[in-house]
Amino acid sequence: MKYMIALLVMGLLTNNFVLSKFYGICSFLGVSKKLNTAVGMSAAVIVVMLMSTAVTYPINNLLMQNDLEYLQTVVFILVIAALVQLVEFILKKFMPPLYNALGIYLPLITTNCAVLGVVILNVDNGYTFWQSMVNSLGAGLGFMLAMVLFAGVRKKMEDCDVPEFLQGLPITLIAASLVSLSFLGFAGIVEGMGLM
Amino acid sequence: MNSILFAVLIVGVIGLVCGIALAIASIVFAVPVDEKAEAITEMLPGANCGACGFSGCAGYAASLSSGETTNTALCNPGGSEVSKQIAEYLGIAAGEIAPMAAVVLCQGHSANASTKMEYSGVESCKMASQLFGGPKDCVYGCLGLGDCVKKCPYNAIHICDGVARINPELCKACKMCISACPKGLIELMPLHKSRAAVLCKNKDKGVLARKECKAACIGCMKCAKVCEAEAITVVQFNAHVDVDKCTGCGNCEEACPVKCIDILTLK
Repeated sequence: MKYMIALLVMGLLTNNFVLSKFYGICSFLGVSKKLNTAVGMSAAVIVVMLMSTAVTYPINNLLMQNDLEYLQTVVFILVIAALVQLVEFILKKFMPPLYNALGIYLPLITTNCAVLGVVILNVDNGYTFWQSMVNSLGAGLGFMLAMVLFAGVRKKMEDCDVPEFLQGLPITLIAASLVSLSFLGFAGIVEGMGLM
Repeated sequence: MNSILFAVLIVGVIGLVCGIALAIASIVFAVPVDEKAEAITEMLPGANCGACGFSGCAGYAASLSSGETTNTALCNPGGSEVSKQIAEYLGIAAGEIAPMAAVVLCQGHSANASTKMEYSGVESCKMASQLFGGPKDCVYGCLGLGDCVKKCPYNAIHICDGVARINPELCKACKMCISACPKGLIELMPLHKSRAAVLCKNKDKGVLARKECKAACIGCMKCAKVCEAEAITVVQFNAHVDVDKCTGCGNCEEACPVKCIDILTLK
């Protein structure tokens, strides 16, 4: 149980996927303009992460049994792409405003390295099924935390008088690096809490 | 050999299962598409220029099909033909589009306009205009670095001797260049009609304006006095023609001492 909480805290804070590992920067920068689309996108990512972990775990076992580990990346991308497509169908049907707001970034979850990253890391670290699920949840929640925090930062930034040569992406990247730097402050928290 | 076959088999089977699952999902979660909107999108030119005020052609089509707008005459690039086609399809009255073309209101080519410096920065009017208003003495004139050229989706604009010129045959009046010009020099003029145009936007006093460019409007009011249709107003030492009132008589062209008024008949 302790280990599960440690996994969750690690995914959320110390090993935050976006701010410490720099996965999924594309959608992080793209969809964090507004809070509600940021939350919607993160929710979609969490769903895709959990589903792909659940689906890839048995598939990975199958691959391991047949000495076909080298197929991991290909098969995982295949499965993730199919799942993203499924999420897209569901969103289009039941939440058209969110579907329109996410735009191109929704299909881009397919190539979002955060999703493939969490699946591959689960395999590499040799987690059990439930450990994998908790780790994916932590990573997804960490993604959401980063998105929500950064949406707030960007909202504040809209009122700022940014020098013209920094307007747009440059200042966004600088702000992202500062937020990322602040997450370094969480280093050692897992050990400190006596969870590991 | 066996392991290769098995690998192919596994990937193939997983792909097949995913494909079938998605095919089923696409039927279960099918969203009815607006056929009307799709048909209208087909009729529109597809340049996505935004001249209609909607987000691209699909946006305009969606709002037409839902009845939000009944004005079929908002698409400048498509012109009257597209307007008629859409109106026929929807069974409503077609709006007329007076054919227009964009004109650059500046004559500051190298023989007329003097320069205050040599600019060797980024090839962009927007950038150059931030550096003391650009390399020309006249800060209101065309910089000729081609922001409008890059924006024009129809390749209708070319730089001739430091000033942008628009080919009215190719121009579809999509207004992309108007928003691209940092000096606000581009305006729409009606096609096939003779109308006067003041080819200068200089707002400096006459003496100063004359020093900056030989073809600058000095705000002398002569054109406003001779205009029978009262179409010309002079604000801030710069004459402006109201195209709706102008009859194209040519009095102002004769009266202008600096020859910055031209009777244009765009074709």
